[in-house]
Amino acid sequence: MPQTVFAPWEDPDEKPLIRFQNVTKKFGDFTAIQSIDLDIYTREFFALLGPSGCGKTTLMRMLAGFETPTTGKILLGGEDIAATPPNKRPVNMMFQSYALFPHLSVWENVAFGLKREGREKDEIATRVADMMRLTRLDKFARRKPHQLSGGQRQRVALARSLAKAPKLLLLDEPLGALDKKLREETQFELMDIQEKTGTTFVIVTHDQEEAMTVASRVAVMDEGQLVQVSTPDRIYEYPNSVYVADFIGDVNIIEGAASQSGDKVLVTWAEGASPLVATSTAMLTKDQHCYLAIRPEKITITAEEPETTNKVHGEIIDIGYLGNISTYHVKLPTGHMVKAQSTNTRRLSRRNFTWEDKVWLSWSDTAAVLLER
Amino acid sequence: MRRLILILVPYLWLLALFLVPFLIVVKISLSDVALARPPYFPQLDLSGGWAAIRDFFTELDFENFAFLASDDLYWKAYLSSLRIALISTLLTLLIGFPVAYGMASARPEWRPTLMTLVILPFWTSFLIRVYSWMGILSQNGLLNTFLLWTGVISEPLTIMNTEIAVYIGIVYTYLPFMILPIYATLEKLDGSLLEAAEDLGCSRTSAFWLVTVPLSKPGIIAGCFLVFIPAIGEFVIPSLLGGSDTLMIGKVLWEEFFNNRDWPVASAVAVVLLAILIIPIVLFQRNEQKNREAGQ
Repeated sequence: MPQTVFAPWEDPDEKPLIRFQNVTKKFGDFTAIQSIDLDIYTREFFALLGPSGCGKTTLMRMLAGFETPTTGKILLGGEDIAATPPNKRPVNMMFQSYALFPHLSVWENVAFGLKREGREKDEIATRVADMMRLTRLDKFARRKPHQLSGGQRQRVALARSLAKAPKLLLLDEPLGALDKKLREETQFELMDIQEKTGTTFVIVTHDQEEAMTVASRVAVMDEGQLVQVSTPDRIYEYPNSVYVADFIGDVNIIEGAASQSGDKVLVTWAEGASPLVATSTAMLTKDQHCYLAIRPEKITITAEEPETTNKVHGEIIDIGYLGNISTYHVKLPTGHMVKAQSTNTRRLSRRNFTWEDKVWLSWSDTAAVLLER
Repeated sequence: MRRLILILVPYLWLLALFLVPFLIVVKISLSDVALARPPYFPQLDLSGGWAAIRDFFTELDFENFAFLASDDLYWKAYLSSLRIALISTLLTLLIGFPVAYGMASARPEWRPTLMTLVILPFWTSFLIRVYSWMGILSQNGLLNTFLLWTGVISEPLTIMNTEIAVYIGIVYTYLPFMILPIYATLEKLDGSLLEAAEDLGCSRTSAFWLVTVPLSKPGIIAGCFLVFIPAIGEFVIPSLLGGSDTLMIGKVLWEEFFNNRDWPVASAVAVVLLAILIIPIVLFQRNEQKNREAGQ
């Protein structure tokens, strides 16, 4: 039996939980968000990714109700929520600083939102206990926030924001304060909790690995605009611009002039060098300026000249040894620096290449992505 | 060794300027009044050797403390001081908190200016400031003239030489001591806590009561003690602004010393006052200690 893939964004009949309609936000003269249209669907784990100052936090704060759009509409379940104050929205937020109440115990922090709703005591106790179990905080109920470790505080913040069972949970750089190892563990925990509770998550992050790991879809932002909104694999394999290709992961960008025949594009990139070949569905005009984006791990590094069309010869300048993989910085006679990665399946002492070795770099016709901007 | 010297300096300071004078006051409080110079007996005469010292100690007694307990003037003065200090602390808090809150919510570039304005009165002598309140509050002072001119009242108000004038004086004088510690805690308050409270369903008002007020508690407690402790022994304000019926222990103390020249009774009054003040001072220290620990 084939498993149905979770992809509501491809279903035209699916109603989005959140819809941004031509939303612009200005602070004085500064435009933080520039006419954005965006749909986010129920049960999605949606990541807003971008460098600091790209407007991703502003976008999130508009969802929480701390900012109102200057123009445009934000619909939640079909209703305009512009006028709804934060305390009346079925939306909760997990703050970057966690914003735990230092004068309250862990239990009281988690119960805070439920108490404001005026629920029954037993009901609150049950719900808090559930949340504590979900986030593995049972043992710490009586502690104050300052008696907890960073990871525990992060879980309290998560439990507190989930306690009211919001339709939408916003996470502002939720793992930013954790160290790398804990962050990676927590990413999977977050995905697990998201699946268990069925809540729609919107996460803001500047860490592309984090976004790729947790998200069902990623929106890459730059200067208040959405550059690309797609699934992590499409963003990585088919970036729509040099900006996205460069922001997500490592990439070699080679500029050149295109000449197309069918879906094959020949890119003339340096005088005297044979043109590079890529496939593209886009129609490029003759001699159009274009960019080839090639991921380092898709480049093969060999001592002998390979029998492929895309090959360049150069000298190893630098080797970045990361344990599992090594990155070779190869300088071409044209002056280009190309990064190539290879997996270290052998022990270091038996490594093939070293500094100043002359090597051949090659890749297949489909490895490079042709970009117009 | 260096550490010892470092620790020794404050201890020597306390010993020379606090403990020794206090012991002298205790000694005088155990003596009897005498028409002499200094006006009490016995005097410690070290040239007489051991016998003289023993004689000196046998002459000391608790007569003056018994007298304080028997005369209800002193009890009333202590109680009335406590009451006035408590009420003025409360009034100072009611005025000081909103001021501190306003300062903390002001734009950051305005805060140093506001801070200077709060401290500015200290640049003038305390006595002169209290005297100027006499000019404001008296029968034909600035306040009455202004109120008569606006037509709010038709007869001048009697404020001078009443307890109200004492409250005004104390609140005015000690207001900065209330504002500054509260401001310090409010300024540190993380704005995202209030946003989190709102996000979890609080209105602005309930977020204030559930988050801002509890988190400024250390500042409120510190401010209250800083006002209460000096206010209870206050002497200048009640004697300049208060009337003859305003009973405060500081005033009683002054009268015993300088009008009655009864140094032993005056010293006993001072010792009891200190004993009363030790309780809030210890509580204050404990509050500070707790904050330091929580801050770590």
